This record gives sequence, structure tokens and C-alpha cells, in this order.
Amino acid sequence: MSTTTADTTVTAEDLYTIGAEIHDAKAPLDSPLDKMWGQRKFTAKLVNPSNRRKLNIIIVGTGLAGGAAAASLGEMGYHVLNFCYQDSPRRAHSIAAQGGINAAKNYRNDGDSTYRLFYDTVKGGDYRARETNVYRLAEVSANIIDQCVAQGVPFAREYGGLLDNRSFGGVQVSRTFYARGQTGQQLLIGAYQALERQVAAGTVSMYARHEMQDVIVADGRARGIVVRDMVTGEIQTYYADVVILATGGYGNVFFLSTNAMGSNTTAIWRAHKRGAFFGNPCYTQIHPTCIPQHGEYQSKLTLMSESLRNDGRIWVPKRVEDCSKDPREIPEADRDYYLERIYPSFGNLVPRDIASRQAKYMCDEGRGVGPEVEEVDQATGQKVLRRRGVYLDFADALNRLGHKAVEAKYGNLFDMYQQITGENPYETPMRIYPAVHYTMGGLWVDYDLETTIPGLFCAGEANFADQGANRLGASALMQGLADGYFVLPETIPNYLAGMLRAEPIDDSHPAAQEAIAAVKERTQKLLTIQGSRSVDSFHKELGRIMWEYCGMERREEGLVRAIGLIRDLRADFWTDVKVTGEGVGLNQALERAARLADFLELGELMCIDALQRRESCGGHFRAESKTPDGEALRHDDQFLYVSAWEAAGEDGKPTLHKEPLVYKNIELKTRSYK
Amino acid sequence: MNVTLRVWRQKDARSAGKMVEYKLSDIDEHMSFLEMLDVLNEQLTAADEEPVAFDSDCREGICGMCGVVINGVPHGRGQTTYQTTTCQLHMREFHDGDVIDIEPWRATSFPVIKDLVVDRTAFDRIIAAGGFITAPTGTAPEAHATPVAKADADRAFDAATCIGCGACVAACPNGSAMLFTAAKVTHLGSLPQGQPERRSRALSMVAQHDAEGFGNCTNIGECSAVCPKGIPLEVISRLNRDLYGALTTVRGAELG
Repeated sequence: MSTTTADTTVTAEDLYTIGAEIHDAKAPLDSPLDKMWGQRKFTAKLVNPSNRRKLNIIIVGTGLAGGAAAASLGEMGYHVLNFCYQDSPRRAHSIAAQGGINAAKNYRNDGDSTYRLFYDTVKGGDYRARETNVYRLAEVSANIIDQCVAQGVPFAREYGGLLDNRSFGGVQVSRTFYARGQTGQQLLIGAYQALERQVAAGTVSMYARHEMQDVIVADGRARGIVVRDMVTGEIQTYYADVVILATGGYGNVFFLSTNAMGSNTTAIWRAHKRGAFFGNPCYTQIHPTCIPQHGEYQSKLTLMSESLRNDGRIWVPKRVEDCSKDPREIPEADRDYYLERIYPSFGNLVPRDIASRQAKYMCDEGRGVGPEVEEVDQATGQKVLRRRGVYLDFADALNRLGHKAVEAKYGNLFDMYQQITGENPYETPMRIYPAVHYTMGGLWVDYDLETTIPGLFCAGEANFADQGANRLGASALMQGLADGYFVLPETIPNYLAGMLRAEPIDDSHPAAQEAIAAVKERTQKLLTIQGSRSVDSFHKELGRIMWEYCGMERREEGLVRAIGLIRDLRADFWTDVKVTGEGVGLNQALERAARLADFLELGELMCIDALQRRESCGGHFRAESKTPDGEALRHDDQFLYVSAWEAAGEDGKPTLHKEPLVYKNIELKTRSYK
Repeated sequence: MNVTLRVWRQKDARSAGKMVEYKLSDIDEHMSFLEMLDVLNEQLTAADEEPVAFDSDCREGICGMCGVVINGVPHGRGQTTYQTTTCQLHMREFHDGDVIDIEPWRATSFPVIKDLVVDRTAFDRIIAAGGFITAPTGTAPEAHATPVAKADADRAFDAATCIGCGACVAACPNGSAMLFTAAKVTHLGSLPQGQPERRSRALSMVAQHDAEGFGNCTNIGECSAVCPKGIPLEVISRLNRDLYGALTTVRGAELG
């Protein structure tokens, strides 16, 4: 632990400055909502097929957004250079999404429509997303399903051969398409196969085990990237006419999350430092149904699909003294099915943020279950032992549907739970607890998905655009594929049409030289500190700070304290980290250190963003802003805006640019799931 | 528990490697196997030695990035009754005092990059050779236009669960990737959307498989026995049937 103490005399307003408002200039706001995307597509400039092969596109990331975009743009005839840090594009973390993908097909004849999907998504995002982007998302959702089926994605089907649907957290229609509990895997493999087809066709050049270190902004435009070849250690440059970042979320700032070990913020953070605004960094989603932490050595948390909430019932014992008992011996009368009690109309299907927070409250009250874990009480600063888990019980479903039907629906999830915990969920209730899962924040983009750096686009979880302050279940896959298959292939040509006469650039350009030198210097510095602490020990400490002060419940004084702690930790990191090995060749300690260096900066911005937003909305819950019965209280009069952050300059203070959110089609309401 | 590890250390592709012994104490039985290696790496770092390089990403058994040979068995199933990836193997499967051998996948077509990390890009090239359905973005018909019998959809799904980890190759005495190749041929060939390219797909993928230096299948079945997703050996029969059909009917022009 750091020996210096945080300065608690700082106030929020000392930490940032307020800049000019920012607006999205690309959505044709004079068109009606349902004509807007059509209008934008029509006015977008096109590129003649014979000119396309002369234009190069860099795409970083090969998940649903990046992989789908690379396949689609390659197919259109552009030359795509596609990068990923994994050994193969098929590993991108989209693969781990379990539950499903939403689409407004209304196959169930239960009143679904494009408008309803749009409405549910904006409402689910707690009215902090743009109407324009979300409507487009709902509009293209049906095409995504068509596209995936044509590619051979084996979605679940009914006996009649048609596609099956299920309902998912936060909505009352069945619009979620799924492939057992492996929907993300199947969608990603579909995109990956389309991508490999383009690799074979020569339109896509694939660079696996290449990690982006910086973006090259030359003469005001993104023209290339600096990467580290992770096998040789060589620092290389690649140039193009446009750069797309589709590098996923930054949940690993919390160390423990459901993200993959390698998921990181470096690409978007480096872009931010080069001038791309960062939107709503504090909006993180804590997923309610994860397997609880079991020890200090733990490297990641595992999510259990929230589709489990369709048939599982969540409860804790009514009495603290029952918490150490075998759950099967606790009679019905002594169980508190708290979500069904507090939210009778949505019950176990309330949105993720609500389900997560209520689980935290139950455990804070001492009614959690499972092993006791040591933690620091935020109010008293004392170390306490608490049980961090609630039951997710399938006994009713097993009685009602039978073992076989439950196995058919959730078999792989039950197996996974048993492999990890050694307990059999068919016999004893699962234990679950919330974990960091998704980040709604990301690079600020306009309707075309272009950042504030011309020629730098951002898609999927890496951008901030569609999910608002909270994401509904099964809409991450939808957004990734919408951006990759249907949005970027329309907006990128519009940008590229203006690049046909652009001068090619190479390493001799001053901007390139500066970026290369900066990457080499940072890499060399990490290797030469040779301090006493491992990279992971710093990462775990950052994670504890973030989880405690910028997790499910945030407070003014806690956030200020966290910022001090992060600054101290960052200073320690740059003087005391130990990175073994050398710059040449594969060096995983170096890779992790470089990622952590950026998380240590991002964590501070997340806390500053959480500080300035003195309201509760979606996944962002400020303890000071709640209704008398403890629910989140928004302040639409003060905070109906996107926070778009410009990177700190010489004074070390980031600048907040507000993008006012305008709701013309949806009336703002208080979310009520009671 | 206390365990002794014997780990394959190899500086890079060109250097010779060797097994190196390490002792670990106070290992929690709830740790995953890779978390145990994390603990080893923290110890090595503290002792100014270079940590053991190994691949892993999702650590929930779905991305296919991890995989080492444990006591001679790819993904080292220990005594568990179900098939699993290395990241989903837990130390409760081992005993106090165990000696555990840890090696990389061993196959000519998967050259070692460093320690336990190997190059599996040959798999990507097999997929690129034909492991897809040609369906350009935007051309898709309405999803319900073609019903798919549930049995076909389920068979396709079972084969599509392959995570491309490469354990099948590491287990095979011939270093064959036939299970991997056949899983994709079965996935796509079981669906109506995959019929037009069914035979050319089998031919092109097998040609690439052979070109990558993978061995042939002699029906040993080790591949399926270690497959973390339980891909059945039967998919290879399906591949052979498609291949036979293709050899007798596909014209040269279709092979491109």
C-alpha cells in the first residue's frame, strides 16, 4: 500500500475546467426520427468501386464491431489492415457474451417494433443516450439477424424450424435471439469467418499479436498507428486513409471484472491523449449475476448469463443468523425474495443496475451468503468481514419444467458454475454477486461514429454512443454488429471520398516521428525502472480503489479520496514497478505494464466524471442523490448532457465539454420497475 | 497444498528448450490452474527471474486462447468427469505433493514462440481456405425465409462450439487437425445455407490442412477425448463423406 495519504481538501471543481458545448453535427435532425438514417445514407458521399482498392483502412480490434467492419469494408473493395493483440481474430472478447442479441423482429407477435426497441433502450439507458443513434440501432437490428443466419450462425430454433426467442432483463417482450448460452461465440465466429474469407481474397491484411500503442495524427487527421509486434518486440508503424478503433471496453481498470485478461484501454486512451474526447467515462455496468470472488489470488470474475434470471429466483435469508446455514434447510417463510418483494411487476427481471445494487444492499445489511471476505468499510474505514453473495435458486423451475428442460436451456451455464465452484446447481442454489462487466463510456463519437479527431472512428463498446448510462441485456452484441455491419460501411466511404487526393505519409512525417519516439521512450522507461513491485500488485491496488470508491455506489468524499490515492499509486508505479525481461521478443510483463500505465490515468478521469455528475443515473449511483425510498434520483434539469472530456493539458486538468441531450420523441420519465 | 512444477522453458522459436523445476507452496484448491501459474510468475518476478509465458484471455473456457499439456494430457483434465479448457481446470483436481509437468502444444504446425506459447495461425488459414458461407453484408434474405429443422440446427451448433484451441492437434499422434477442420465442415454443411459450397469447402479446407503440415487421421480418437467442447469423432466421418463426394463431382474451376 501507498504510504502517502490522499489530500481530502480538494473539491470537485478544482479538478477540471469547463469548456465549450459540443454537438453532433452529422445526424440530419430536420428529418423525422425514422427517416434520419435513410437520409444520412443518401447524403453520404460514395466511392467508385475502382477507387476503393486505392484506399486503406486501419481497424484495431476484431470483435463484433471490428471484425464485422473489416469483413464488410474488405468485401466492398477497400484494403483493410486489421489488428488484434490475441493470437487470432477469433479470440476477441465478444466471444464470451452468453445471453443473446436483441432485434425488433416481433416474431412473437407480442407488440414489439423498432420504436419499442428504441424506447426500451433509451429508457434502459436512463435517458442518457442520444435518440438518433439509438433509433438507428433499433432500425438495423432486424438486418443483423438476417445477416447472421445467412452466414450460418446456429441460433436456437423451434421444432417448426423457425427461430426461437426469449425475454431478457428489463423488457416485457421476447425479442432476444440466442444460441444456447454461447451467443457471442457464435456471432463472433460468423464475423470471423466472413473476415477470413476477405483475408483469403486479399482485401484484409491480418496482424494478430500486434498491439496498438499510439495513433498518428498528421496535419489534423488520423493517418496511422504505432504498434508493438508482440512476438518480435519491434515497434512498427502502419498508415492508412482512415483509422477505426473497435477495441472494446475498459472494465479491467477494476482489475477484477468479467473482461478478458488482455482487455485494455490503451488504444482509446492514447487516442484520447491525442485529442479524441472521452464520453461518460464513469458509466460502468456492474452485472448482477456473476460467480462471487473466492480468494485474493483471483484473476478474473466469471459471469453467469442473466438469462438465468428468467427462471431462477433470487433470495437471501430474512435473518442474519441463517446466512451460514445450508440454503436447502431454510424454509420458504424465512427467505426474502427481495427483488420480487420490492419490484412486484418486474421481479427478478429488473435492469442490471437495480439488481446489482439491491444485492449489495442485502450484503451490506449482513444478509449475504457464502464465505466471508475481508473488505474496508467505506463509512468507517475499518476492515470488516462480510459475506458477498446472494442465492439464485432454480428449485421452482426444476419442479415446474423438469431437469431435462432446465438442462436444455441452461446446461452449459450450470456446468460452468459447477466447474468453477465445485458445487452442483441442480442440487443447491447458485451463489451470485455483481461484478464489473461493461463500460458504457468510451470515445465520444458523432452520428457517423467519428471521434473529435478527423478520420478517427470508434465502434462497439469502445465508443460511448448507444447505451446511455446503463445497458440493457442483449444490446451489446446488437450494437457491435450494427456498427460493424451496417453503420461504418455507410459512413467510412463518406469520409474516404475526401481522401482520394490525400498525400501518402510515412515515417518521415514529424507527427509519425514524434509518436514513434514517444512509444519507444515509454517502453524503455517501463523496462528500466526495475523497482520492487510486480505489475499485478499495482493493478490489484488500483482495482480495489476503483471498486470501493467508483463502483456500485459513489460519494463525493470517496471519489475525492480515490483521486488522491490513484495519483499516489501512479507515482509509485512509475518509480517502483518491476518489469522483467527485455523489449525484444515476447514479454507479457511489459504488455501488462503498458496497459496498466493507461488504466492508472483513466481511473482518475472516471472518478472526476463521477464527481461532476452529482446525480444518480443508470449504472452511476451517487449516494447523495436518491429518492426517499432509496431509488436512483436523476436531475434532468442539471445533467441532461453527455460528458465529453478533453485530455488534460499543461495544468493537469481535463476539460469538460457538455453535449446537451435533446429528447424530441421520448418523454423523460423516472424509471420505475415496481 | 504444495506442488512441484516441471515447466517447459524456451527463450524463443530458435532456442532449445528444457524442463525447469519449480516448487510452490500453500496453493488454494479453489485456484484455477492458470491462477496457480500467476502465483508462480509473481514468485519468479520477485526473484528477478523471467515469468513463464503462457497464453490466456477470457479465462472462462470460451475464447480458446489458453491451453497447455499437463502431465501429458492437453488441457490436463486431471480426475474431472467433464471436459474442460486449461483455464477452467482447478487445483482441487490435484493433490498435495503432486509433481505436475507443463508443456506447450507439441506439433510441427504449431511452432513454439516462447515457453508455453505456440503459433496457431495455421488454423486461421484453414478457415480462410473455405470455412465460411459466402454471404456478403447486406445481401441476406429475411431470416425466416429458410426454416432449419431443429435436429440440423442442433447438430450444426454442436460442431460450431469448437473454440479452435488446438488441443486436438496436440493430442493426436499424427499431429492431425482433422477434428478442427471437420467440426467446421459439419457446422456449415448441416445447414441449408451451407449447401452450395459444401463440397468445395471440404476440398479446400482439407487441402489447406495438408499444406500446413498437419498429419492425417487414423481414427485414434485422442482428439475427441481431450476436446474441451466434446466435438465427437463422428464429424470426421462427415468430412470424409463430403470429401469423397467432392472428389468425384467438383470441377476444377469451382476450386478456384
